[in-house]
Amino acid sequence: MLYVVIIYLWTSILLYLLLGGADFGAGIIELFTSKANKIQTRKTLYEAIGPIWEANHMWLIIAIVILFVGFPVIYSTMSVYLHIPLTIMLLGIIARGTAFTFRHYDAVKDDMQDLYNPIFAYSSFVTPFFLGIIAGSAVSGHIDLKADNFLDAYIFSWLHWFSVSVGLFTVAICGFLAAVFLIGETDNEHDRLRFIRKAKAFNIAAVICGSLVFVSSLIEDIPLIDWVFGNIVGIIAITAATLSLAVLWYLMYKGKANILRILAGFQVTMILLTTTYRHYPNIVILKNGGYLSLIEHSGHEKTIEALAMALLIGSIFILPALFYLIYSFQKKKVDYATD
Amino acid sequence: MDNFLAARSQMALSLGFHIIFSCIGMVMPFFMAVAHYYYLKTDKIVYKNVTKAWSKGVAIFFATGAVSGTVLSFELGLLWPKFMEHAGPIFGMPFSLEGTAFFIEAIALGFFLYGWDRFNKWFHWFTGVIVGVSGLASGILVVAANAWMNSPAGFDFVDGQYINVDPIKAMFNKAWFSQSLHMSLAAFAATGFAVAGVHALMIIRRQNVYFHTKSFTIAAVFGCVAAVLQPLSGDISAKDVAKRQPAKLAAMEAHFFTEKSAGLVIGGIPDPKNKKVDYGIKIPGLLSFMAHGDFSSEVTGLDKFPEKNQPPVPVTHYAFQIMVGLGMAMMAVSFLYFFALWKKKTWLQSDWLLKLFVAATPLGFLAVEAGWTVTEVGRQPWIIYNVMRTADAVTPMPGIGYSFYMFTLMYFSLAAIVIFMLYRQIKMVPKLYDLPEGAQK
Ligand code: HDD
Ligand code: HEM
Ligand code: HEM
Repeated sequence: MLYVVIIYLWTSILLYLLLGGADFGAGIIELFTSKANKIQTRKTLYEAIGPIWEANHMWLIIAIVILFVGFPVIYSTMSVYLHIPLTIMLLGIIARGTAFTFRHYDAVKDDMQDLYNPIFAYSSFVTPFFLGIIAGSAVSGHIDLKADNFLDAYIFSWLHWFSVSVGLFTVAICGFLAAVFLIGETDNEHDRLRFIRKAKAFNIAAVICGSLVFVSSLIEDIPLIDWVFGNIVGIIAITAATLSLAVLWYLMYKGKANILRILAGFQVTMILLTTTYRHYPNIVILKNGGYLSLIEHSGHEKTIEALAMALLIGSIFILPALFYLIYSFQKKKVDYATD
Repeated sequence: MDNFLAARSQMALSLGFHIIFSCIGMVMPFFMAVAHYYYLKTDKIVYKNVTKAWSKGVAIFFATGAVSGTVLSFELGLLWPKFMEHAGPIFGMPFSLEGTAFFIEAIALGFFLYGWDRFNKWFHWFTGVIVGVSGLASGILVVAANAWMNSPAGFDFVDGQYINVDPIKAMFNKAWFSQSLHMSLAAFAATGFAVAGVHALMIIRRQNVYFHTKSFTIAAVFGCVAAVLQPLSGDISAKDVAKRQPAKLAAMEAHFFTEKSAGLVIGGIPDPKNKKVDYGIKIPGLLSFMAHGDFSSEVTGLDKFPEKNQPPVPVTHYAFQIMVGLGMAMMAVSFLYFFALWKKKTWLQSDWLLKLFVAATPLGFLAVEAGWTVTEVGRQPWIIYNVMRTADAVTPMPGIGYSFYMFTLMYFSLAAIVIFMLYRQIKMVPKLYDLPEGAQK
């Protein structure tokens, strides 16, 4: 049953990265869009994510609930030592979620939009940046349970080159996912080309930030190279990701939108797989070489069993409904287009 | 600001903010479902307009409720890591189920908000009902988690270890039923009165009277039925508290000394130093009756608890008085309204009854906040009753004061924007929805 829970945890994180990430990415793209194209971008974005945007963010809640119910020590340790980035991320989540809703549902469309729009765009950048920092810090070995001063305990636990690079990398990935997703959502050639250019730009940004992650891991003695290339799964996954990237670039102009999406999603999945596989089941790596493990630090047996049952039963209700939601709105859009 | 105080204040602020949005998110879907049902049955366009106008408001509240709830699930760990480390696996069951309920709610909301004219109309209506049912279910589940803090169950606490954990037993603790029932009714009463009050105001101003009358009636009927049931369920709660948390009951009633035939104190200023209440009205025997159903029974006073285990008396007492007072007021308004519906239809058109509802707009939410203050402050100094102290659970990180200031600023700006947007929404009603019958398609 423990493995069921772990699989759900990993899958929720993945889905949050993919779906929530594309959602953040849409805001990031808006941030990097010229004034002239902003309005059009906003419209495409809203039509694309409107009906499901709430559901996209539920994955984070599922992940966090799994963590505090099933792996309480991991949850509480991260909450203590990563308090500051978590708080900033939360402020980002509040600002973004409300700004997104406000700008659409405000009954009068006037200058208030000039307040909502930048808040939405900037918090779309800040939130995944700090999510990346949190993920990077968890495995970077900077969390020091013995720290006796504020800076070591609560600042340098997360503020270092590696986690900052992971943060930037996360932002780039989000932008990339969103751009690829939006290619298929446009209704004219001009916009399609615009999003293709954006996808390429973010892809290049992701490669640069990815290299930064590697460089910083060398500087800070984090065995990232070994995690990625030191085992067969890592090598296969990273090769597959690179190959799919090549295919994606090749197909960018002619490919079907859905194939592009699958390729982009596949790449991100492979990246998450490589970076988590090698040090599984340890998801927090501490300063003294210790770690917090999903196996050793899991909750009571009965709790895990109940949690697994709750997740399985929940999926029976959720997944069909979710697929039907996505399917209906995809299908209806096609209907509109042919009307 | 003292770290511990800051953490408590931030928790209280976040929960106090979230509860308003979650009540609305739980209850409005039911109002909408009724309006929507009338539309589908009678084909009167006004009901469609009511449904649509409400659903715009609800989307705003829903998003705010969802983000503030997301914040809470992190905040529990950010502020009370020691609590979550031990409590998480025990009281986590309702949270895991709640995850499912939220998910279904979010999916159904997607269908409902974006589904006009896209689906079979009864399927569309049904998705709206699902939004309500799953919202209510999630409310009941979180309250069950909170009830566990008041009435810990499903584990043995031996030598500082939590063993023999049984999350199902923990969920069905002794307090879950009385608290969930009382909370669900409170959500209906509070939202019903708030919505009815806003529409009553518009009727008094003679704006879009037809539209606002229909809306008013739906909200008022829901709110008034709940408000009449609320004191009954409150009585169940009080008897329950008397059994499981006598210290809380004593603090609620400012009952300093254990005695038989204890009197009920109404109002008054508790003086914890001299252990007496100034200026209160005392009704002999009534407290014994309320707590145990017998005028002569003994009611435990604060003297049975060591000083360090006593909850703060004044805050708990005032909050309880406020809740009960507001509950009585709302019940009185409800009886008047039912009487009008039954015998005096003319009253329904008269301004004084509407003005009464306008005056009652915030009462339900004030009572909700007061009620939670009773429950939470009355549990102090415990975070898990008789097991873990709140002071032992707080995060070791210093400087929570700054985080508290930041969240305060954030929540107050959000509240201001939400009110501003609601105001605009109502102002737009004439433009969007008040065309004469038949002029719209
Ligand atoms: C519309 C709101 C509202 C109204 C009118 C009332 N209550 Fe209430 N009350 C709540 C809203 C509320 C609440 C906010 O929902 C609480 C907080 C925790 C809970 O479960 O419900 C609560 C808690 C609460 C508790 C503490 C339960 C606990 O700690 O477990 C008691 C004893 C009562 N109530 C009793 C009453 C009585 C005797 C009322 C008579 C009029 C009353 N309430 C009206
Ligand atoms: C008595 C207290 C509470 C009640 C009645 C309540 C009820 C609700 C309801 C009905 C919603 C749905 C959102 C909406 O419709 O507006 C919601 C959202 C949420 N609540 Fe609460 N809640 C309470 C306290 C808490 C606490 C303590 C937590 C965290 C531990 C929490 C976590 C959440 C989360 C994560 C969401 C977002 C889910 C979504 O997107 O729908 N809630 N709450
Ligand atoms: C939404 C309605 C709620 C409100 C308005 C509320 C209000 C409060 C208040 C005023 C405090 C501070 C008490 C003090 O320190 O004197 C508090 C503390 C707390 N509440 Fe609640 N509460 C609510 C529901 C919940 C729920 C559903 C949970 C958990 C499942 C919860 C968990 C906590 C925790 C962990 C603390 C901090 C520890 C403590 O002070 O005991 N609350 N809440």
